[in-house]
Amino acid sequence: MDIHEYQAKELLAGFGVAIPRGGVAYSPEQAVYRASEIGGSRWAVKAQIHSGARGKAGGIKLCSNEDEVRQAAKTLLGKRLVTHQTGPEGRVVHRLYIEAAVPIERELYLGLVLDRKTERIMIVAHPQGGMEIEEIAKSAPDSILRESVEPAIGMSAFQAREIAYGLGLAPAQVSRAVTTLLGAYRAFRDLDATMVEINPLVVTADGQVLALDCKMTFDDNAMFRRPNVSELRDYAEEDPREAQAAEHGLNYVGLDGDIGCIINGAGLAMATMDMIKHAGGQPANFLDVGGGASPERVAAAFRLVLSDAKVGAILVNIFAGINRCDWVAQGVVQAARDIQMKVPLVVRLAGTNVDEGRRIVRESGLPIITAESLSEAAEKVVAALKSSRAQSTAHGNGAP
Amino acid sequence: MSILIDESTRVIVQGFTGEKATFHAREMMAYGTNVVGGVTPGKGGSRHLDRPVFNTVREAVREVGAEASIVFVPAAFCADSIMEAASAGIRLVCTITDGIPAQDMMMVKRYLFRFPRERRTTLVGPNCAGIISAGRAMLGIMPGHIYSRGNVGVVSRSGTLGYEAAAQMNDLGIGQTTSVGIGGDPINGSSFVDMLKLFEEDPETEAVMMIGEIGGPQEAEAALFVKENMSKPVVGYVAGLTAPKGRRMGHAGAIISAFGDTAAEKAEIMRSAGLMVAPSPAELGSTVAKALAKQPTRKRVVVK
Repeated sequence: MDIHEYQAKELLAGFGVAIPRGGVAYSPEQAVYRASEIGGSRWAVKAQIHSGARGKAGGIKLCSNEDEVRQAAKTLLGKRLVTHQTGPEGRVVHRLYIEAAVPIERELYLGLVLDRKTERIMIVAHPQGGMEIEEIAKSAPDSILRESVEPAIGMSAFQAREIAYGLGLAPAQVSRAVTTLLGAYRAFRDLDATMVEINPLVVTADGQVLALDCKMTFDDNAMFRRPNVSELRDYAEEDPREAQAAEHGLNYVGLDGDIGCIINGAGLAMATMDMIKHAGGQPANFLDVGGGASPERVAAAFRLVLSDAKVGAILVNIFAGINRCDWVAQGVVQAARDIQMKVPLVVRLAGTNVDEGRRIVRESGLPIITAESLSEAAEKVVAALKSSRAQSTAHGNGAP
Repeated sequence: MSILIDESTRVIVQGFTGEKATFHAREMMAYGTNVVGGVTPGKGGSRHLDRPVFNTVREAVREVGAEASIVFVPAAFCADSIMEAASAGIRLVCTITDGIPAQDMMMVKRYLFRFPRERRTTLVGPNCAGIISAGRAMLGIMPGHIYSRGNVGVVSRSGTLGYEAAAQMNDLGIGQTTSVGIGGDPINGSSFVDMLKLFEEDPETEAVMMIGEIGGPQEAEAALFVKENMSKPVVGYVAGLTAPKGRRMGHAGAIISAFGDTAAEKAEIMRSAGLMVAPSPAELGSTVAKALAKQPTRKRVVVK
């Protein structure tokens, strides 16, 4: 789960991380009010969407008077921002964060991640902030400072000092950086984060160490015990189909292709999508119906997949372990009847009660194409899509 | 031979009396697994599925000599149950539960390493389909009938993709020694390398199929291990060629977040380490067949 920059800053500030003065605004009037509340003579008006690289996309505006703040807020609110992280459809700005613009002397990079290799929380830091750490990792991997934390002990002050000195900070700033580092670590641990990124962490002209931009991502599996974090979830930032899927216990990720997929198991789902591509098609989605797929859940999966207008054919691939093929088959047949599907449907069943499942599909009288193997299923769905496209084009041209 | 479990392994079920655990315990017994009891705190002293129920794992170890456990405990309490089993001296814990917080797993892993190597618990999972030694015993939730005794070891992150591999092999008359699902979480108990080591040592296993996914460093580490330490042929496959960057594909661990995380990169690392890589998920079985055919004929273990 992701949260907004201003929310991450509030959380981190609660753990002792120093941040510039700021406040959230939903309208130009509120933005002006916030600016006057913050005081000073320069402000940053920052679009709040769940994405980095907002500055490059024009989502951050520096202002020197109230009129500029109002104007910036007017321009940004309701605007669709497109960054390399949002995809081409971009995200609409509904909230702004107004922040005191600070005179920057140095920009640093600070990140905390759940490192899968060491199975520990790892601190990653770099003396040059504002850049993307992935690029630095490729071009100059040795310049990155890393420190992994022993979970039972927690982060020690000496580890924070080593990083602070490694970043080349002046002695007066080291203790401030140590406070920031230890605070960020405690926030990560106590709130079940999977990533905290402060980029840039800045040293100001008057020697303060401030978190200028923050990003936090949380472990979905742990949100049951972090109600104060999970209430920050912003549904407007999420794909409505994915939210709908989650309600039915389905796991859905929308993609760009035209073959809808309904599969059990994340690994088999990915492999089936690979197989579709191998057969010359493009998957429209990832969809894992999970274990114990009831007829209702299968029906919900169909509605979800068909709500994507790009979908021209559907492939159902179930390898039943906990699931039973006859159950899944009943769900498929029922859904196909209820929804009155207009696109070709290919079904491949394997595993527990497969014969009974295949019988149900066969005897349903519905035009369901069946397949026994993964390759056969992928080839058939690609072919079915082609021929149905050819037919509809033919109709469109007024041919017989 | 097989790895991890066989028909003599004394198994307990943690979270025994729950609905899912009951269903799968029955299936496991029907497959021939030696289930000697279970643990549900508060229900100790009663019987379930004609087996004794204990309040603690320690009691189960003492009373019925439990050696292995399968965990169906809900995610919020699961880390605790795994540590309880490790503390009681259970040598193999297989955790089916999904949705365990990553930091809980971090803690569990450190806890397991507190014990000296000779009494350290092997954890398989969480979020996995379990372990099956074909025709002998099952510590998991897989459909047992799709496996048959043979000479190929299977290790897979994904449960259902492991089934797919077994089914394709069976169609070609190739059986399995043991199939292990190591699970789709970012931090898991046993890695590919851990399982490859066991398969390398197992005299009955002649080849290994290893099925990976996008995300994480374990497939690359395994490829390096194969290159440097394995005499047996290993066939690889990595699911998720079509997965976009930064999107979590079902499994918490299946997300492309770092360099070397994509399916194409991992497959390339496998190839350069000398693994045969299945060109598509429909060719898992046939690639194993090719790998076996290339092998100089070993003394085959005849299985009745």
